[in-house]
Amino acid sequence: MESYRDEHEHEEGHMMKVSLFVTCLVDNLYPQVGEAMVRLLDHLGVEVDFPQAQTCCGQPAFNSGYVDEARASAKTLLDAFEDANYVISPSGSCTGMVHHYYEEMFADDPKRVRQAVDLADKSYEFSQFLVNVLGVTDIGAFFPYSVTYHPSCHGSRLLGVKDEPLQLLRNVRGLELIDLPYDTDCCGFGGTFAVKMGDISTAMVTEKVSHVRETGARVLVGVDMGCLMNIGGRISREGEQVRVMHLAELLYEGVQAGVSD
Amino acid sequence: MTTEIDGKQTGVLDRSRLALQDDFLRAAVRFTADRLRGKKRIATESLGNWETWRERGMQIRSHTVANLDYYLAQFTENVEAAGGHVHFADDAAEAAQTVMNILMEKQARSVVKSKSMVSEEIGINHLLEEHGIEVVETDLGEYIVQLARETPSHIIIPAIHKNRRQIKDLFTEAGGENLTTDTKTLTAFARNTMRNKFLRADVGITGCNFGIAESGSVVLFTNEGNADMVTNLPKTHIVLMGMERLLPAFADLEVMANLLPRAATGQSITTYMSVITGNRRRGDIDGAQEMHLIVLDNGRSRQIGDAKMQSVLNCIRCGACLNVCPVYRQIGGHAYGSVYPGPIGAVLSPVLNEGEKYADLPYASSLCGACSEACPVKIPLHDLLVHLRQRHVEHGHTKTMERLAFRGFKVAFSRPNRLNLAIKMARLGQKALVRNGHIESTLGPLKGWTAGRDAPTVAKQSFHDRWRTLQSELQTQHNHALEPKAERGGDVE
Repeated sequence: MESYRDEHEHEEGHMMKVSLFVTCLVDNLYPQVGEAMVRLLDHLGVEVDFPQAQTCCGQPAFNSGYVDEARASAKTLLDAFEDANYVISPSGSCTGMVHHYYEEMFADDPKRVRQAVDLADKSYEFSQFLVNVLGVTDIGAFFPYSVTYHPSCHGSRLLGVKDEPLQLLRNVRGLELIDLPYDTDCCGFGGTFAVKMGDISTAMVTEKVSHVRETGARVLVGVDMGCLMNIGGRISREGEQVRVMHLAELLYEGVQAGVSD
Repeated sequence: MTTEIDGKQTGVLDRSRLALQDDFLRAAVRFTADRLRGKKRIATESLGNWETWRERGMQIRSHTVANLDYYLAQFTENVEAAGGHVHFADDAAEAAQTVMNILMEKQARSVVKSKSMVSEEIGINHLLEEHGIEVVETDLGEYIVQLARETPSHIIIPAIHKNRRQIKDLFTEAGGENLTTDTKTLTAFARNTMRNKFLRADVGITGCNFGIAESGSVVLFTNEGNADMVTNLPKTHIVLMGMERLLPAFADLEVMANLLPRAATGQSITTYMSVITGNRRRGDIDGAQEMHLIVLDNGRSRQIGDAKMQSVLNCIRCGACLNVCPVYRQIGGHAYGSVYPGPIGAVLSPVLNEGEKYADLPYASSLCGACSEACPVKIPLHDLLVHLRQRHVEHGHTKTMERLAFRGFKVAFSRPNRLNLAIKMARLGQKALVRNGHIESTLGPLKGWTAGRDAPTVAKQSFHDRWRTLQSELQTQHNHALEPKAERGGDVE
């Protein structure tokens, strides 16, 4: 399998450059997801840059009603990615926030609105970027396990990421993809909702885990660590032996196995 | 926050806890919601171009609401021209009083009702019973709920929370003999009971699915045909209508007649569509001799002109948002503690009733957006829920601890170096709590999370801290790759 790098590295000076929007959750709780993304992009011949000034998209504050607080955080993104060509994140929810709410959030500040619209235009969730921008659907990975996929609500509904992760998974050799019943039902995360309405949220995630169990899959994969933190936390509490992975982790592990295969 | 449990004031979370322990209720809600979702999928696919229909529906409703003053004047003029009497009510109490006045004038002893959410909004059943007037709900689901002395837990399926067994018991208590859980037996009992009530009733009360401005017609959608009995058999017919329930013309009704039943119950068409224009006139073979239309505001007009909230008036009360809502699925309708449950209720109840009463409802959502996606007239419900939370913050109604927490968020997240410091502190702070690589402790502010789930720990090294070494590792790999015979693939952690 020829990688993007193999096809393109001879094109001197045409190496694609992207900036990583790592998201606060991956930055501080799941840095290995960020690393897997960077290594995959590197493998595909894409140069990755990581602007240090970024913190968080502001969604935890915004969705709780604290707009001013959300803006303070969101500004770090507007500034950090001012000069970026592409901004790639491991989260459909955080990128969805940029797409869906930023323009409105800065409506009273013309300079910030311009930055917000520009950022939304060049922001992509990871699988979206791979499939729709790079045109890569087969990354040359080998992953000999049964896998079920949970589509995150914000990624699929706010950002329209529906088939991209599945296209990538279908082309992984050895991988058995099992449909998740009630896949589009929310896992119950919802940011502060999971804490504020803990009992309701727990009931939701308990149902989600029961559907994951029904599939019999060894691995649960997704494109948002918020949801995976929630489902994984319940899986761990119930003592289930299901491995929970971000798509980037799975693909990177698969690429390594594919190379040595 | 008004429902009392054991004499204590409660919020949506407290009420949910009761529902979450009720396995019968949750199983019944899931069963019906699943069935409706499946039927809706088939009904929308067979129609084709569902998104275009939704767009058209949204345009019609938005246009009507934006020009409500014009269409309301045209509609009421036409109702009066057709012989109907029009009454305006600013709030629930005034609407209820108007109904009472009509009943008093008619010396009514017995009332039959067709399903109406506005009648729930103004609490009319309770008032009638207080005045010794018999009132009978004639929609099967509403009848079940009435016998159980409950309120509807769904906009379209009022008794969604009841299973067959419970219904059989209720009907037996109401005088049914030798009943089984068989649908035919149960509906036969309801039919026989109601037949007498229809023939005896002095007044019929209905809601209004759509009012047609160009003709002054009231349009009712039912599946049981009960609205035809309620509007034709008693001498007097009272229509309760939310002021926004209008359509400019019959041509618009075609769009709604396609959208509403499909979105609500997955039917390609409603079983009965009754169009009532005024009262019975000379030569008519049916119709009530007197028709009264009560137009209810009750907080609706306050939303007009509010750029964000106005779209909530587009709602056609189909209940599709309830059927897909993962929160409603777990807690059912009564936990919302308001007439309108589910996502639409979480928006509508706090805007129709300002103040603290329903202020916690917008928080009973994970903001997953399933409601917005399901809405046949494209109301951005999850955006409206966020907007209501923002209003709540602006009005200073959130708790001090929460405000402090987000003040902390602002300080930490406005500068990467401050965030870095905060994370370092968290890394130290979590040490006492970590067991087997995760946190199970139910102490502190995260107990809502940890009561049902393990929490992850802050990573030993953040990505910010990892970046510099990662970058040089990749560079080394590239250099190796350029050397002859170098191994591709690089180091694996």
